Amino acid sequence: MGTLAQAKPAALAKAVGALGALPDFTWMRRPEAGGVMVPGRMGGTGAAFNLGEITVTRCALKLASGEVGHAYVQGRDKAHAGRAALCDALMQTGRADEVKRLVLAPLDAARAEARRARAARAAATKVEFFTLVRGEDA
Amino acid sequence: MYVAVKGGEQAIDAAHDWLAEERRGDVAVPELSVAQIREQMALAVNRVMAEGSLYDPDLAALAIKQARGDLIEAIFLIRAYRTTLPRFGSAQPVETGQMACDRRISATFKDAPGGQVLGPTFDYTHRLIDFALAAEGEPPVAREGEANAEAMPRVTGMLGRDGLIQQEAPSDEAPPDLTRTPLEFPATRPLRLQALTRGDEGFVLSMAYSTQRGYGRNHPFVGELRIGAVPVEMEIPELGFAVEIGEVVLTECETVNQFIGSKTEPPQFTRGYGLVFGQTERKAISMALVDRALRCEELGEDNLGAPAQDEEFVIAHSDNIQATGFLEHIKLPHYVDFQAELELVRKLRSEAMAEHREAAE
Repeated sequence: MGTLAQAKPAALAKAVGALGALPDFTWMRRPEAGGVMVPGRMGGTGAAFNLGEITVTRCALKLASGEVGHAYVQGRDKAHAGRAALCDALMQTGRADEVKRLVLAPLDAARAEARRARAARAAATKVEFFTLVRGEDA
Repeated sequence: MYVAVKGGEQAIDAAHDWLAEERRGDVAVPELSVAQIREQMALAVNRVMAEGSLYDPDLAALAIKQARGDLIEAIFLIRAYRTTLPRFGSAQPVETGQMACDRRISATFKDAPGGQVLGPTFDYTHRLIDFALAAEGEPPVAREGEANAEAMPRVTGMLGRDGLIQQEAPSDEAPPDLTRTPLEFPATRPLRLQALTRGDEGFVLSMAYSTQRGYGRNHPFVGELRIGAVPVEMEIPELGFAVEIGEVVLTECETVNQFIGSKTEPPQFTRGYGLVFGQTERKAISMALVDRALRCEELGEDNLGAPAQDEEFVIAHSDNIQATGFLEHIKLPHYVDFQAELELVRKLRSEAMAEHREAAE
């Protein structure tokens, strides 16, 4: 669910497109946008305080075969939440391997690459200190 | 004599139409897209998210477009939108120690494990206008280095191991929320931090600056400043366990300040804390300084009566939407109020003039 929630909507839409025919489902809860309060911790490790909210869209659906899928995804994209819930439901069916291979694996790879690229750029800005030996120490 | 009248509807409609036209500007110039604002005005977007208290870059970019770049107006739009959202719940506190850092510097330890990582900073630029940006062209490609998974432990954690800095008492208590319960004074530190993180950057900066200039001095070092992404996890009621629901970029600043000690505890450093949505470094440092100044009594320091030590003064005036609402309302019609004042001043004048005449006679 983390992978699905973190995916860019366009990337998830493309990956779900690769799944081919999708099963029928009924909404248990239609996609709705709301807010989730995010706390931080004082000093990073202490007691919590409220930092601010993020937008989140949630929904739940039930496949014709009975499996239930849930989604809580950041942002306000209702179609994106629907796709995430559908994948969550499909993960409980015989198509789980297909979803892993065609949806989760490419999304995980894209996220890992995005992280690597940022980390590499950060690493290039790491300061390499060189110390000048002062006269009295020489 | 003035009387209250209705009217102005047509004038208001015409004003708003003209506003929309002015917002667009010269139609010979291509229109800005929301995505362009989100990607290329990212620090304005970050400020609107931080002070709007809602992390949603697309929405903040749209608000900036609608507000014609007036950031306080954009923050107002975000705050108003935020109130329409149902609250799904509260996430688990973010773990900034696990941050994927774009930037991480320490002004106290040159050789802090994990190193000094500058990130995409304005620091060390010459602040000369770059006329090359006025011409279209490709930006230089950022260099890539060898990213090793070296941990970046907290600088305050390193000091804490030797007992050199005050420990933050851990707690799993749900924090109070000033968007749900009206603020009362004295407030608690969690409420102060919530107010500061959504407070006006200019105001919080000025309060912090005042402490540096001597009004409630507390001598801060930037122990650590880090900027990067952290996952947001929330326990999903339908599932009964926590999952990642998203990711936010945060700026965290921990200051190391001068000492307190007691009969039971030898002297140790104290700390101030800043944590803000987005890449918002000036604000996070300011927040840490003001947080520390507001802790003066808790830490047994003299309250010198400095503005930055006055919780009610700082917190009651840090919110730019409250401030702008009260300030700007005075430009709206006050015809009847003013009529009363006018009557009063005329009466006072006629009395004063009558007394003057009597004295002269």
